[in-house]
Amino acid sequence: MTTVPESTETPAAVRPEVEERDICLEHVHKRYGDQVVIGDLSLVIEQGRFYALLGPSGCGKTTTLRMIGGFELPTSGTVSLAGHDVTQLPPHKREVNTVFQSYALFPHLTVEKNVAFGLERKKVDKHETKRRVAEMLETVQLSHLAKRKPGQLSGGQAQRVALARALVNKPRALLLDEPLGALDLRLRRQLQDQLKQIQQDIGITFVHVTHDQEEAMSMADTIAVMNGGAIEQAGSAEDLYERPETSFVANFLGTSNLIDVTPESTPVDQEFSRGTTVDREPVRYLTHRADGYSGPIRVGVRPEKVRLYATDQSPPDGDNVLHGKVVQSTFLGVTLQYLVRTPGGLELNVIEPNLVGNSAGTFGAGQDVRVAWDARQTFVVEGEATGA
Amino acid sequence: MATALPTEPADVVAPAPAAGPRRDREQGRTRKWLLGVWSTLAILFLVAPILFMIVFSFNDNQGRFNFEWKGFTLKHWAHPFADPDLAKALENSLLIAVLATAVATMMGTLLAVALVRHRFRGRGAADFFVFLPMASPEVVMGASLLAMFLVLGIGTGFGTILVAHIMFSISYVVVTVKSRLEGMDPHVEEASRDLGAGEVSTFFRVTLPMIAPGVAAAAVLAFALSIDDYIVTSFNAGQTQTFPLFIFGATRQGVPPQVNVLSTMLLLLVLGLMVVNVLVQRALARRDFKRREA
Ligand SMILES: Nc1ncnc2c1ncn2[C@@H]1O[C@H](COP(=O)(O)OP(=O)(O)OP(=O)(O)O)[C@@H](O)[C@H]1O
Ligand SMILES: [Mg+2]
Repeated sequence: MTTVPESTETPAAVRPEVEERDICLEHVHKRYGDQVVIGDLSLVIEQGRFYALLGPSGCGKTTTLRMIGGFELPTSGTVSLAGHDVTQLPPHKREVNTVFQSYALFPHLTVEKNVAFGLERKKVDKHETKRRVAEMLETVQLSHLAKRKPGQLSGGQAQRVALARALVNKPRALLLDEPLGALDLRLRRQLQDQLKQIQQDIGITFVHVTHDQEEAMSMADTIAVMNGGAIEQAGSAEDLYERPETSFVANFLGTSNLIDVTPESTPVDQEFSRGTTVDREPVRYLTHRADGYSGPIRVGVRPEKVRLYATDQSPPDGDNVLHGKVVQSTFLGVTLQYLVRTPGGLELNVIEPNLVGNSAGTFGAGQDVRVAWDARQTFVVEGEATGA
Repeated sequence: MATALPTEPADVVAPAPAAGPRRDREQGRTRKWLLGVWSTLAILFLVAPILFMIVFSFNDNQGRFNFEWKGFTLKHWAHPFADPDLAKALENSLLIAVLATAVATMMGTLLAVALVRHRFRGRGAADFFVFLPMASPEVVMGASLLAMFLVLGIGTGFGTILVAHIMFSISYVVVTVKSRLEGMDPHVEEASRDLGAGEVSTFFRVTLPMIAPGVAAAAVLAFALSIDDYIVTSFNAGQTQTFPLFIFGATRQGVPPQVNVLSTMLLLLVLGLMVVNVLVQRALARRDFKRREA
């Protein structure tokens, strides 16, 4: 992640030695029988990061986490923690702890004993254990429930016990598998804040699996978007949103207008290159964003970056401009949403803020319009093979 | 007949003026009454032999047989172990049952854990072979065990009975413990390993406490199977007598009333264990409840 531009900068004061590699997966493959679940996955997570694994159901998030925790053996590839190869080590010999999606509390032990479990296994001194357990229960605000059994806890309380039980061991890294998945929305938001706060306070690495993009964006320093057993792109929320590198990322985080273009071989100037749409209209994009793409490309732009103009209005200089007809116009209160179709059949979503306050300034279905956006807001992803 | 029943709440059928629902209600009552009679008969049918056995342990019998009521006495209860052969047979039975239960419960529990938690070659086959002793007729099992002991040149007696009992109890233990394990979240054991407990430590600190009720139930079952087994035992007993073997043999010459006494004692022992079990469970539940209130 050292190559990402300025935008990933986190408050420098908080973490001085961020560059230490904490968790490292190299060319990991995982097969169950004939089914390939993870195909060549590599990732590096630096010390103290809040790293989110985001992806649709079944894409291999849990499997990846379980390989880091030691519950699954990769078919090939290596897993290292703090620079040591731990691929073959069993879970109890790894310096990471897991918060399971089902919490997996010990039903026969009290909350207190649950939290003390790890310390007792490590033969930590009795008084020390007692003190740390009490302290940790304090941190997650559960001191008053110390003597209860897990069966007598609410979902949110059980989740916090699971968190305390893992954190009390001061692991190098904490692995969380959709820890908030089973909770209702309000509690979720509340625990998200708490979790983020705890992570910042103790400063250890968190690897957080989720399929909720908002959760990932609000909590994580680095988000890795997974799809079909591979990481599509990893970076800050801003990187992923403003400069997605694949069509999947462009539409998994928010929505995007993706336009297939034929790139021109020579750049327009030092900064920009140009491609043509099916309507033979030019679209400009920053040349460096297409670095590494040899075949067909797609350009994209977020709907809220696009503005509509009547045919007699002229968009600012330097904008990309396409012509089309409004197909659908929806009033949503905060925003106005339009669907515009070009003669060549491209469909573009446009979201405009509701600044006018009456329908006079809006565009109705059937109206000819210009669709325009700042060429710098154009991102480039790999195009689909012919026929798409 | 409906009037003979205690007034019952009319909530079963919503009160309606029409004749239909009323007839329905009357029919419902008749049905309930019949059900009561029927259940009583069924229960009587089940407990009659046991009552008979208990009553005749107090019979002041004359001669070798104990099938005719001659008057009340406590003399058999005063000397339950008067017949030395009977006493020895009971001792054998209890010893075999305790040992067989201990071994079968241990082996069966470990086998169940292996079958549920681990994927290994031949797991399907193992699953099937565990089921086999339960499915095969006891006569077949007894005969084949005897054949095996003969081929191996092992003399039949206490040891062979024990082996046979362990063998057929294991299946039941495995099935009982397995169902408990299957209902358990496997992540709980993973959490234990995640927190630094090795395989062995995880088994004793997490798995075993969680499946304990299943293991206890399995042990009770194994004990019950062993203590009253006749068929398999008779093939492999040699000169050794067990309680069931003794009684069966004794019926030909006359049953001493001590049989009734000792059987009643066994029954009381088992009932006692069950009551203790229920009380303990209730106490635990109440304690948990109180904690929740606090
Ligand atoms: N033990 C297993 N045996 C066979 N296939 C498995 C096993 N575990 C997982 N899979 C398969 O691997 C794929 C990835 O599973 P995984 O649990 O990692 O997905 P996930 O990204 O965590 O999904 P979700 O968001 O639904 O939890 C799925 O297709 C699943 O069916
Ligand atoms: Mg999952």
